[in-house]
Amino acid sequence: MKAFSELLDRLVFTPRRSVKLRLIQNYFSHTEDPDRGWALAALTGQLRFPGAKPAIIRALTETRIDPVLFRWSYDYVGDLAETVALVWPAQPGINHEPRLAEVADLLQGASRSEVPGLLEAWLDGLDPTGRWALLKLITGGLRVGVSERLAKTAVAAFGNQEVATIEELWHGLEPPYLDLFSWLEGRGDPPAVDESAAFRPLMLSHAVEEAELEQLDLESFVAEWKWDGIRAQLVARNGESRLFSRNGEDISPSFPDLLAEVDFDAVLDGELLVAFNGHVASFNDLQQRLGRKAPSAKQFRDYPAHLKVYDLLVEAGEDLRPLPFIERRRRLERWFARLQPERMDLSDIVPIMDVEQLIRLRREARATGVEGLMLKRASSPYLAGRPKGHWFKFKRDPHTADAVLMYAQRGHGRRSSYYSDYTFGAWNEEGALVPIGKAYSGFTDAELKRLDKWVRDNTVDRFGPVRAVKPGLVLEVAFDAVQPSKRHKSGIALRFPRIARIRWDKPIAEAEQLETLRNLIS
Amino acid sequence: MKREAHPENWLQITPQGLYCRPGDFFIDPHRPVERAVITHGHADHARPDHHRVLATAETLAIIQTRYGDRAGHSFQALKYGESIELGETRVRLVPAGHVLGSAQVVVEWGGWRVVVSGDYKRRRDPTCAPFEVVPCDVFVTEATFALPVFRHPPDAEEIHRLLHSVSVFPERSHLVGVYALGKAQRVIRLLREAGWDRPLFIHGALRPLCELYEALGVGLGELRVATEARGEDLAGEILLAPPSALADRWSRRFADPLPAVASGWMRVRQRARQRNVELPLIISDHADWQELTRTLEEVQAPEVWVTHGSEEALIHWCRLRGIRGRALSLIGRGEEEQEEVV
Ligand SMILES: [Zn+2]
Ligand SMILES: [Zn+2]
Repeated sequence: MKAFSELLDRLVFTPRRSVKLRLIQNYFSHTEDPDRGWALAALTGQLRFPGAKPAIIRALTETRIDPVLFRWSYDYVGDLAETVALVWPAQPGINHEPRLAEVADLLQGASRSEVPGLLEAWLDGLDPTGRWALLKLITGGLRVGVSERLAKTAVAAFGNQEVATIEELWHGLEPPYLDLFSWLEGRGDPPAVDESAAFRPLMLSHAVEEAELEQLDLESFVAEWKWDGIRAQLVARNGESRLFSRNGEDISPSFPDLLAEVDFDAVLDGELLVAFNGHVASFNDLQQRLGRKAPSAKQFRDYPAHLKVYDLLVEAGEDLRPLPFIERRRRLERWFARLQPERMDLSDIVPIMDVEQLIRLRREARATGVEGLMLKRASSPYLAGRPKGHWFKFKRDPHTADAVLMYAQRGHGRRSSYYSDYTFGAWNEEGALVPIGKAYSGFTDAELKRLDKWVRDNTVDRFGPVRAVKPGLVLEVAFDAVQPSKRHKSGIALRFPRIARIRWDKPIAEAEQLETLRNLIS
Repeated sequence: MKREAHPENWLQITPQGLYCRPGDFFIDPHRPVERAVITHGHADHARPDHHRVLATAETLAIIQTRYGDRAGHSFQALKYGESIELGETRVRLVPAGHVLGSAQVVVEWGGWRVVVSGDYKRRRDPTCAPFEVVPCDVFVTEATFALPVFRHPPDAEEIHRLLHSVSVFPERSHLVGVYALGKAQRVIRLLREAGWDRPLFIHGALRPLCELYEALGVGLGELRVATEARGEDLAGEILLAPPSALADRWSRRFADPLPAVASGWMRVRQRARQRNVELPLIISDHADWQELTRTLEEVQAPEVWVTHGSEEALIHWCRLRGIRGRALSLIGRGEEEQEEVV
C-alpha cells in the first residue's frame, strides 16, 4: 500500500502529463503482482466498493476522536478522506499494514456489516498518506488527475507497446491483470482479445492548413463533412451493443435511445449528434446528453441521439479494417441500404474538384453541425491511432474576438515562474469587463517574457498564484463556438479558446462587446 | 503562593506586546521598547530598534546579522539554565528546540512560575538544543499547528522522498523553498545525515545565516551560491531558496525546476496545490498537535495561555482535561510560517 499511496500523493501534485507517465511507469516497474494490477484497476476506474460509504467512515472516526475537534478539522481541510487520514489516532501495538491486493480483495467480498471492522484495522496499520489513499480508493473517484487513457498509456509505455494495442485488449482483461503484466514483461503470450463487444481503437486525423492542401494529390482522396459532435464507436455483437467514446470509455448508459435501435452485428465508426428527423442540432444540444447516467424521458424527446456513420469496421464478425477506405465505404453503403437502421444515417461523400473548391466549401461550412472537411486517402486501411499521411482534417476558420486581459496565473513546470495562463473579458452593457474565458498558448519565449513582465508591472491584486491586472492589454482570442453557460457570470462560454495574437497596439475600449459574442450562440 | 500575585495581574498584553511589570521588561515585543527579552531570531519575535536586548548569545548573533546597526543599543547574553534577576523577578532561559538559540523564558515572581515558550518543537533537530520541560504554574504556548490534522511525519521520511524524487527525475533541478532562519540549515543538515554529500546550491538570501550557523559550530558541508553556477549544470542537484523565490524570475535559469517546499503547512494537500508545489515536504520547526498536547501534559501547568494559531482547538482540548485555557492575542505573530509562497 505504501508504494501505491506514495504514487497517488505524487500524482496529485504533478501537473505535467509526461511526468505523470514517468511516475506511473516507475511504479509498475518497482511493484509486484498482484498489487500493481490492482493499482492499474484503481487508476482506470475499474474498482467499486459499494459497501464503503462516507457515513461509515465518519462514524468510525468519531469513535476515535473528540467530535468537536473532528468537526473543526474537517472545516479546515474541506475533504473527508484527507481529514480522517490526518486526524486518525493510530492504535499503538502490532498493526498490520495491508497490501493493496488485500484491500481490493477483501473489500470486494465484504458484506456491509464487515466493512467498518476491516477499515478500522487498516486505518490503524497505515500512515497518514496510506490512510488517505485507502479512503480515496474506497470512496470512489481517486481524483489524482489521471484519466483512464493516461493510465493505459502508462502501462503501454511500461511494456513498450502502443496504447491502441492495450485498448483493443482491454475489454477482455480482468484485474489484477496478471496475464497483461506477464506479457508486457516478455514472460508470456499476449492476452486473448475478447471479440464480443470490444472497443477497436479509432483512426485519427492530422490537421491541414490551406497552404498544405497544394501538396496533397487530391485525386487519391475522398472528402466528407467533419461533423461537430463527439466521435463514437458502436459495437454490436451477439445481441449485445455498446457505445464507446473516442478513448474507449463506455458511454452506453447515456444513450439507451440510440442503442435500442440496434439489431445488427457490426462495428461502426461515426459521429454522435443530436438530430430531429435527420436535421442536426447544435453541439449545445448534445451537451445536454453527455455524461448523464440515466437520461429522462424529456431529454430523450428534446435531445434525441443520432449517429452519423463514417465507417464500417466489422461486419458480421468479419474484420474489414485491413481493406482500403473506398472498399469499406462500398460495404458500408450496401450494409446501410439493406438494414436502414433508425436514428442513423451515412455521412455524405463530398465530391472534390480542386483546392479552390475545398476552400470555398470550408468557408461555407457554417451550417449547424459541421466544423469542416475530412480528407481520407482512398487506399488507406483503418489504422489505430494517428498514422501519418492517411486522414486530414481541414477545419473551418475559427471565430476571433479581441478581449481584455483581466487575470494571469503562473504556469506549471518549465513555466512555473511565468504568468502564462490568462483570463480575459469583454465589455458588458454597463460598460464593465466580465470574464469570458481562460487560455494559454504556445507563445514564443520572447513574447511570453514580454507578457510576463507586463503582468508583473500591472498587477493590482494577488490571490495565491493568480494576479489581477489593470485592464490595459488586448488579446486576440480564437475559438470554435460560443455556448450559453450558467456557470459563468458573462452567461457565455467559448469552445476551445486559444490566444492567437497579442494586440499591444489596440486600445482596450475597442475590445469586444459581450452582446456581439452572445449573438454568435448557435 | 498568593492569589493577588497571580500572573494575570503582572504579565499583561500592552500595545507594545507582552509586558512583565515587576521585572519591567517585554517578551518578544513587536514595537521598540526600553528592555526586551527575545525568545528567538524569527522576525515575528525579534524586532529591530529595542534599547536593551536580553537573549541567548546565538539569538543575539542572529539579530545582529539580520538587523545590523538596528539590532539594538546594548546586548546581554544569557546561557541556557543560567538565572538572573530582572527587577523583582528571577529569569532564566531554557532551550525551546525551535531554531538555533531559541529559548523559553522562565519568569518567577511572588511564588508563581510562568514559562513563555515562544515557538518550539519536540522532535530532534541537528541544528539546535532540544526542548526542555519546565514544570510551571502558567505555560504560554504557541498554537501554529494546533489542530489534530497537523501531524508532522518523521523528517527522515520527508528527506527520503526528496532524494527519491531526485533519483527518478535526474534531469530536473529540485528547488526547495525553505525559511532562511532555521529551516534552511535544518534541511541541509538532514540531507547530510541522509548521505547527500554533493554541494548544495543556495539562494543568495540564505547565505548570511548559513555562514553564521557554520561560525556557531553547525557544520553544513559544501554550499555554493546557485546563481554562480550555470543553470544547465544544476540538473539533478538540490537548490534551496526562500519560498517566494520559487515563483520569482530567479528560478528561471535552472533546468526544468521541480518546486518543493519544506513547511508544516504542506500537510494539507489543498494548501500545497494552491501554491503550485509539486513536492510538498512536511518539515516544520513548530510543534504538531501531538507535540503540543504532550507538552501541555508534561509541564503540568493548571493554566495555559495560547498565542498565535488555532487557539480555540487547543483551549477546547485543555477544557476536556480540566486545564484552564485562555487565548492571548499577540499582534504580528506567526509570520515566518505564513510567509507568502506564491
Ligand atoms: Zn519562530
Ligand atoms: Zn512565531
